[in-house]
Amino acid sequence: MRNVYDESDVRRTIGKLTDLVAAGFSAASPLNIIGIRTRGEILAARLTESLAARGFGKIGRGVLDITMYRDDLSEIGPRPLVRPTDIHINIDDQPLLLVDDVLFTGRSIRAAMDALSDFGRPGVIRLAVLVDRGARELPIQADFVGLTLTDVPADHRVNVKLQEIDSRDEILVEPRE
Amino acid sequence: MKREKTKTGEAGRWTRKHLLALQDLSAEEIEFLLNTADSFKEVSTRSVKKVPALRGRVVVNAFFEDSTRTRTSFSLAASRLSADVIDFSERGSSVSKGETLVDTARNIEAMGIDILVVRHPAAGSAEILSRAVSCSVVNAGDGAHEHPTQGLLDLYTIRERFGKVAGLKVAIVGDIANSRVARSNLWGLSKLGAQVILVGPPTLLPKSFEKLGASCVNDFDSIVGEVDVINMLRVQFERIKTSQFPSVREFTKFFGLTHERFARCKKDVFVMHPGPMNRGIEIGSEIADGPNSGILTQVTNGLAVRMAVLFLVTQAQLQGSK
Repeated sequence: MRNVYDESDVRRTIGKLTDLVAAGFSAASPLNIIGIRTRGEILAARLTESLAARGFGKIGRGVLDITMYRDDLSEIGPRPLVRPTDIHINIDDQPLLLVDDVLFTGRSIRAAMDALSDFGRPGVIRLAVLVDRGARELPIQADFVGLTLTDVPADHRVNVKLQEIDSRDEILVEPRE
Repeated sequence: MKREKTKTGEAGRWTRKHLLALQDLSAEEIEFLLNTADSFKEVSTRSVKKVPALRGRVVVNAFFEDSTRTRTSFSLAASRLSADVIDFSERGSSVSKGETLVDTARNIEAMGIDILVVRHPAAGSAEILSRAVSCSVVNAGDGAHEHPTQGLLDLYTIRERFGKVAGLKVAIVGDIANSRVARSNLWGLSKLGAQVILVGPPTLLPKSFEKLGASCVNDFDSIVGEVDVINMLRVQFERIKTSQFPSVREFTKFFGLTHERFARCKKDVFVMHPGPMNRGIEIGSEIADGPNSGILTQVTNGLAVRMAVLFLVTQAQLQGSK
């Protein structure tokens, strides 16, 4: 395992993730893609663009903020910033792809699924993550993974940086401050 | 619908366990709270209008004064955050047996509550309670002192309408001396950079308000054409018999937002009223129901603002703030 994955690594990783997702759904059928704020939202936007280029023509999009659904608010400080959720599509019955940057304990994904159930009842929910760093605390697994990191020390964070807000594409494994 | 947060909101933080007065808050804290309210507003547009953010927490509405919308709004806000809500009122309680406010609050708190929402006729009562209990205290109106969530929802509604608060001219009209709504609005609006003009008869508009940065005007007509927002205060009939107050007809003639006066306003003037309104006295009925009125929007936004307040004070409490 390395501690730094640069721009070309990230490009390859997103490419791999896109291939997996494209193979997992039918281009002719409707698909809703929901990104989890903040970096899941950006990844979802990039995925949507790539999938559209591959002939996926019926993609619905939305953004989910899970702050109101977290069960660990007292531990995550600094004080949480709640941002708007933006789901103006009907998510009932159709397949839904949930997108996040890093899969760790699984608690964010649980919160995201709780939130989604308040908006409707998707036919199926699949999960795509750029990085799976293991150390799950809940029985949750991703369906599509760009990069699997094993043996990330418990006191380290996996930080995904994306051009759109961090001015570069990068994955960093670094000690928690 | 794409909404981007302001820079201030991104950088902002909230560390207050209590919400007692807008006088205490910085512009950054107010902006942070309004941005948080923006996020909670979306919850009310869903088919399932409920999030689990305050699940397992207990909110007590302790109202020692009558209220319809504030109390209902706080109850609904707490419910939408999945908190349990208990309504406590003075009537039929031990308060009528002579228990003091602090004792009542301590007893309620001993049952294990997280937030005490309090309305009381005495100015400063919320602050006194905040020092006596260890749960969060939210001021829902203390005498003529402050009504911070009303001030916040007015700011939110103005910001939503104009996209900003800074630079706007806002008139607050009526019984300024006895109004906690006027005080909270004055603090909030000034901090966010609006220009506040207080309008009322000299008996109900002490010049001391000028020290707080507002201009005081006794002639409504002299400024009616230049303001962006008019916030009409309720004529408080419980005070109308005192010598401070002109007759109802005289009040309407000089300080009511009548049809004739409204005709001289800016075309896009925004008309507000904290409720409950006296139609035909401080505000003309057709104006209250017309396209320039934000009165019902204020009520809708009040819910989002109170959700944000309950959420943020709880988080601050969990983080161990004083």
